[in-house]
Amino acid sequence: MFNACLGFTGARTDKMSIANEYKGRLPKKILDEVASLTQGSSEAKVRKLLEEASREYEQAKVEPGECVGIISAESIGEPGTQMTLNTFHFAGVAEMNITMGLPRIIEILDGRSEISTPMMEIYLKQPYSKGKDLKEVTLAIRQTLLKDIVSEFLINVADFSIEVKLSQERIAEIGANISSIAAAVKQAAKGYNVSAGKDSLVLKKKERDNGINALYTDKEKIKQISIQGVKGITQVLPVKRGDEYVIITAGTNLKEVLSLEFVDDSRTVSNDVAEIAKILGIEAARQAIINEVFKVIESQGLNVDIRHIMLVADTMCNLGVVKGITRYGVVSEKASVLARASFETPIKHILNAALIGEEDKLDSVVENVMINQPTPVGTGLPGLVTKVKR
Amino acid sequence: MKKKFEISEHRLVPKHTKLSDKEKEELLAAYQITNKELPKIKKNDPAISSLEVKEGDVIKIVRPSLTSGESTFYRGVVNV
Repeated sequence: MFNACLGFTGARTDKMSIANEYKGRLPKKILDEVASLTQGSSEAKVRKLLEEASREYEQAKVEPGECVGIISAESIGEPGTQMTLNTFHFAGVAEMNITMGLPRIIEILDGRSEISTPMMEIYLKQPYSKGKDLKEVTLAIRQTLLKDIVSEFLINVADFSIEVKLSQERIAEIGANISSIAAAVKQAAKGYNVSAGKDSLVLKKKERDNGINALYTDKEKIKQISIQGVKGITQVLPVKRGDEYVIITAGTNLKEVLSLEFVDDSRTVSNDVAEIAKILGIEAARQAIINEVFKVIESQGLNVDIRHIMLVADTMCNLGVVKGITRYGVVSEKASVLARASFETPIKHILNAALIGEEDKLDSVVENVMINQPTPVGTGLPGLVTKVKR
Repeated sequence: MKKKFEISEHRLVPKHTKLSDKEKEELLAAYQITNKELPKIKKNDPAISSLEVKEGDVIKIVRPSLTSGESTFYRGVVNV
């Protein structure tokens, strides 16, 4: 058995070393495929196959100077014309709608910091993912404001106090009790003395110098006090996916949710690219852009090669921050005045360039098209370089 | 109830490593570029908070890729 073991590892390292030789020339996916296809084959055969594969791979590569950006634009744009303009995807119940279709694509590619329907998919850890304490978990995630559990507000002008009558039913629904509510209110309502009764809270103002008007504005603030849950999460919806429960939410708060004890912090995602960039970094944002755009295109039954989306995502994340494909985003970073002017608001760009005496090196595509010169694309790209002998 | 979550454990976050000075030189020489031409990553990016980077460092990122299985990417660290 010892010998068999040794023989096995020997053959393995052999094949590994051949694969390693090709590591820079072939991607991991192809190497893995070759390895799985050639189990038990001789070294010469493996080498021959790898040689053939790398030749084919070299031929399949995009040529230098190929204008991949235009190809991507066309490849995403053409199926985009067939996309339904405004579709809402219902995730189980009618109240939860998610922007999909063209508006969603525009939203992602513009790199908006506020999206129209923020949403999270919260995965849970064992044993919560199997449905343990599902109600408690959802309650801990959804934000409950004081106004959600109040039956009425009474303002007592005489002794500058606000009485908050709580609804017992609602309190039972959210699984809280009056002392925990009082504690939450006490912490948030500065300048008030809070005392809890049987089913009501009395907030008495400490200082009276601002008159009763202040009491009314404070009432509105008190309504918004958060009793429990995560700030920003307005709706929760547990769904069963495969054999585990996933919680879909309206509203996002990635940082707080990932810090919750029962949340699986490796899989939980938000659909807000800007938030992902802030919490998880630029690389995660790039991946999120790809995932989100692909999700929309797929849901519409369209077929766009993922490489085109990857190119767009790379462009957007090139500078370390998410930049939209807008005149304020990636276009504003172009070195050429004419290229910027050709996108949007041409007069503004040309005037500003004239004011500060900007120079255009004419080393990109658009500006050369404008002045009827060969563009540095395809066969126009290479130039002659001579090494000057001194 | 609160815990500290590990950013690098998240599925969306690929592996980030800092290149040594020697590796950095080799990389820039191989592509015949200067540090300025690399894609950028902010110094305070959450994914590299544990790497103790300074401006001018190069971060190697090994991404899982749908098309090639695994792809390597480099970003130069810039100040905010």
